[in-house]
Amino acid sequence: MTTAVVVFPGTNCEHDVVTAITQLGGSARLVWHRETDLDGYDSVVLPGGFAHGDALRTGAIARFSPIMEPVARFAEEGKPVIGICNGFQVLCEAGLLPGALIANRDLSFICRFIDVEVTDTATVLTNKAEPGQRLRIPLNSYEGNWVSPDGEGRVVAKYVDDPNGSTDRAAAVANEAGNVVGIMPHPERATDALLGSTDGDVFLRSFLSSLVPV
Amino acid sequence: MKVRVEVTRRPEIADPQGTTIKRALHDLGHTGVDEVRVNSVFHLEVEGADPDDVRSNVEEMCRQLLANPVLEDFEIELLP
Amino acid sequence: MTEQPVHRLLGMTDGEYESVVGILDRPPMPAELAMYSVMWSEHCSYKSSRKHLGRFPTEAPWVVVGPGENAGVVDLGDGWLAALRIESHNHPSFVEPYQGAATGVGGILRDVFTMGARPIALWDQIRFGPLDNPKNRYLLNGVVGGIAGYGNAVGVPTVGGEIEFDAGYTGNPLVNVMCLGILKREQLVLGTAGTPGTMAVLLGKATGRDGIGGASVLASASFDDESGAKRPSVQVGDPFEEKKLIEACLELYEKGLVVGVQDLGAAGLSCATSEPAGRAGVGMEVDLDRVHTRESGMTAPELLMSESQERMMAFVAPDKVDEVLAIADKWEIDSAVVGEVKAGGTLRISHRGEVVAELPAATLADNAPLYDRPAQRPDWLDEVQARPGPDISSHDPADLLRDLLDDPAIGSSAWIHEQYDHMLFLNTVVGPGSDGSLLRIKGTEKGLAVSTDGNGRLCYLEPRIGGARLVYEAALNVAVTGARPIAVVDNLNFGNPEKPEVMWQFKESVEGISEACEALDIPVVGGNVSFYNETDGVDINPTPVVGLLGLADPMPEVPPRISRATDGMELWLVGPEASANLAGTAVQRLLGDEPGGIPTAPDPAPARNVIALAADLAHTAPVLHDISDGGMAVAAAEVSIASGIGVSVDVPIAEIFSEDPHRFLIAFESGSINLPPEARKVGVFGGNQIVINGSPLDLESAASSYGEALPRRMR
Repeated sequence: MTTAVVVFPGTNCEHDVVTAITQLGGSARLVWHRETDLDGYDSVVLPGGFAHGDALRTGAIARFSPIMEPVARFAEEGKPVIGICNGFQVLCEAGLLPGALIANRDLSFICRFIDVEVTDTATVLTNKAEPGQRLRIPLNSYEGNWVSPDGEGRVVAKYVDDPNGSTDRAAAVANEAGNVVGIMPHPERATDALLGSTDGDVFLRSFLSSLVPV
Repeated sequence: MKVRVEVTRRPEIADPQGTTIKRALHDLGHTGVDEVRVNSVFHLEVEGADPDDVRSNVEEMCRQLLANPVLEDFEIELLP
Repeated sequence: MTEQPVHRLLGMTDGEYESVVGILDRPPMPAELAMYSVMWSEHCSYKSSRKHLGRFPTEAPWVVVGPGENAGVVDLGDGWLAALRIESHNHPSFVEPYQGAATGVGGILRDVFTMGARPIALWDQIRFGPLDNPKNRYLLNGVVGGIAGYGNAVGVPTVGGEIEFDAGYTGNPLVNVMCLGILKREQLVLGTAGTPGTMAVLLGKATGRDGIGGASVLASASFDDESGAKRPSVQVGDPFEEKKLIEACLELYEKGLVVGVQDLGAAGLSCATSEPAGRAGVGMEVDLDRVHTRESGMTAPELLMSESQERMMAFVAPDKVDEVLAIADKWEIDSAVVGEVKAGGTLRISHRGEVVAELPAATLADNAPLYDRPAQRPDWLDEVQARPGPDISSHDPADLLRDLLDDPAIGSSAWIHEQYDHMLFLNTVVGPGSDGSLLRIKGTEKGLAVSTDGNGRLCYLEPRIGGARLVYEAALNVAVTGARPIAVVDNLNFGNPEKPEVMWQFKESVEGISEACEALDIPVVGGNVSFYNETDGVDINPTPVVGLLGLADPMPEVPPRISRATDGMELWLVGPEASANLAGTAVQRLLGDEPGGIPTAPDPAPARNVIALAADLAHTAPVLHDISDGGMAVAAAEVSIASGIGVSVDVPIAEIFSEDPHRFLIAFESGSINLPPEARKVGVFGGNQIVINGSPLDLESAASSYGEALPRRMR
C-alpha cells in the first residue's frame, strides 16, 4: 500500500511528507506532476509549497497538470486524497473540494504553532481523532483563508483561535464523501517531539488507517 | 467621476508571473501566445466635476501609492 | 554637462582605464570596457579591502574550501560537508526594498548551491533608522516582505537573524543574508571551467537589462540626490525559477554531469565566463547570440553586464551536454550552450558575427586594482572615548528593564520571524528568538548551530574591540546551543573607503575579528564587503557582521530553551565578574546618552573556558541564555517571559545591565547541575513578577512590552 506524493514544480514539502509517513510505518513515493497514471498507488497526498510560484492564483496552474486526471479519478472512486497547504489550494482550484483559499486577513505570512479542534471524525484524515480533540500543529501560509461563497463544504477541523479570517475558522475541509480532505496547517511538521509536537500523528495515522489494500 | 487606472510593470522589468502563465497556456495548447504580462487595474470613484482636477488628483494617487515608480508606469482613463 | 569619457560613466578611474589599456596593449572595445568596469567595481573586486582581508586566519584541518570560491566549505565528519556564505544587498534595498532584499536572498542561495550543496537555511541581519520615521518603516516592511516572499517561495527556511536600529542607517539600510547548505563530500563542485573542450551551458532565466550598472556600480558609489537617476536598474527576483534551478542543479550533481558550476551574480556573464576560466588556467570562446534573452536588441556590453537573476553557468563535458539540457527541460528551465573552453588563456567573445572582446581571461579577476587606501584614526575618537559612561544609580532597575524590553531591537522579533517559514525541511530544532539556531542533520546525531551578530555602536566606539567581541558573542551563542564553533563568515558593512577614518575603522575591525578567530581557533572561510554606505557625506557606523557556524556532535538530546524555566529553579551566572563599564550598551542608548567610552575588551582565556563549558552544559541544562543586549536583566527577563514564570534576581548594580562578554545565565533545579566555583547564584524563579534587586516589574506587563516593542511601532 503506497501513497503517491505529488510533486509540482515549486512544491517543497514533499520530502517532509514522505519522512512523516514512513516514520509511521507507511510507504510513500514521489510522483512527478507530468505522470499520467497512479498505478500501484492507493492514496494521494498533494503536499505544501509554491507550485508554479503561485502564479495567477495559487494552485491555478497545477490543477491542469497531467497527474490531476488520475487524482480526480481516485477522488471519484472514494480513495483517500489529501491536500496539505498548497495541496489544499490545488484541490479547490481543481474543483475536488469546495470553496477557495485567499490571502490571510492580515495580509501577512503566518508561521507558528496553532491549535485546531477536530469537529468531524468521518473523514480519511480525522477518523483516529476524538470528536472535539485539540491538536497543536504548525500553520505556515499566506493564502490560508478558506472562503465558500456558495456555502458548500464540510468543515472537519477548526482553528481554536482565528489566525487568518478563514470562514467558520475552517482549518480542514472535506468533500461530501469524506475521502478528499484539504488541511491548511501542516500535520507532517508535528510528528517529532524534538521539533515541538507529535499531534500531527493523529491526522497521519487516520490517513494511513483508511488505506485499503489495492 | 469614474476613473480607470491601469498600472503596468515597466517593459524592461522582469515579470516572473507572466512567464509562468505563458508557459501554462502553451501547455494547455495555446501555443500562439508570445508574451504575457501581469498588470493591475484600479476602478476608482473620485469626487469632483472638473476632469482636469480629477485627473491631476488621480495622478498624485498613482505617484504616491498605486504605482511603484521604480517598477511601474500608469495610465489614467476618465470614464463617461 | 561636460562630456565624460565612457570609462568614467562606467565608474572606472582614469588609472584603472590605463591599466586595461596596458593589459590589452590597445584601447578596449566597448564590450571589453564593460567587462573590466563591472569586474573591477568595488563590489566585485574588493579593490579597497582585499589588502586587509588577507589578515583573516583562513586555515584549519577541517576547511575544505576557503575564501576565493563561491562559498566556504567545512568538513563535518562522516562524509558530510557544510557550505556557507554571507552577502549584502544594501544599496539595492534602499532603492527598492522588497526586490533588493528578495534578490539578496536569491544571490546568496546561488552561492551555496553552486558548490553542490542543498541550501537548508537562511539568516537575515537587517538594520534601519529609527522607526518613528515613516521611511524606515517602509524600508523595514519592504525588506522583511522581500525576504519572506523570496525565501518562503523558493522553499528554504529562514531560521534566525538579527535587527539593529540607528540613525545612521536611515539613508543606508543594511540587508545582509547568510545561507547554509549541506552536502556529501562526493557532491562538492567547484567554480572551474575544466579542460579544453568542456562546454559552457547557461541555465535559468532569460537575460534582460536587469541591473545594468546595478549591484556592481550601485554598490560602488554612495547615495546622493541623484540616486533617483539610478532607479531603472532594479533586479526582480523569481523564487519559482530559483527553486527549479536548485532542483535541476542538484540533479545534475547527483548524476555527475558537471565539471564545474558558477553562479551569475553581480557582473553576470562577465564573471561566469572569466572566473571559471581563470581558475582553471584556460581560455574560452563565447557566442553571445546563443544567450537566451528576454529583450530584443541587447548589445554585447548589455549582455555582459546584465544582472538578470536566477542564472547559473554549468561546465559540461561534450558527451554529457544533451543529458544536461534534458534535465533542464524537465525542470522547465531555459538553457543554452553558449561557449567552449579552449587552451591558452584568452576569453574570446563574439556577437552578431564579430569578435567583441578578446582578452586574457584571468586578468578580469587577477588584475583588479588593489588599493592601499590611507587609513587614519579619526580625530574625533579620543573625545568620544573620553565621554563618561551613564550613571544608572539613580534609576529604578525595573523601570530601566521595562524600557529596554520596549526597545524594538531587544523586544520580540516575532513580528518579523513569523513571516518567515522557519519549519520547512523538519530540521529546525531551535528556531528564531533564541541565541543560536540549531538544525539537525537527519540520519546523523549531528547538529549545526549558527549565530549571526553585529553591533555598529560598539564598533563605532572601538572597532578592534567591537570586531573581536562579535566573534566571542557569536561563539558563545553557538556554545549555549550545544555546539563547538568551527567556521566564520563575515559581512563588512562600512562607509566611504576613500575617507581615511573609514579605512581605519575597516582595518581595525578586520584585526579585531582576526585576533578573536585566532584565539578561538576558528577559520574565516568567506565573506563580503560592502563599502560606500554613506549618504550626503555621512557614513554609517562601522558595522561588521559575523556569521558563525558550530557543530554539535552529538546534538543535545533535549536542547536547552529559554522557555524551560519552572517554578523553584535557580538562576546562576557563569563568567567573569562584570566591570562597571557601560560603554556601548543598550542602557547607555536608552538613557539618551551619546555613545561614549571604550567598550570592555574581550579576554581570550576566560572566553575559551566559558565557551567550552557552555557547549558541555547544553547537554544537561534546561535553560542557557547568553548575556548581551540589555545585560543580565534582559536575559533573565527573556527567560522569565518565555517560560511564563516570574524571577527574582539579586546582584551588584554593575552586573545588572553590563554587556561585558563571556557571560551566560543557566537555570536548573537545585543541585541537579555541577558548576565551577566561579559561577554564582543570582536568582530564583517563581511568582508573577520580575524582581531586580527588590525592584519589581509585573511579568504580564513585561511580556506585553516585550511582545509589542516592534509591532506597535509598525502600525
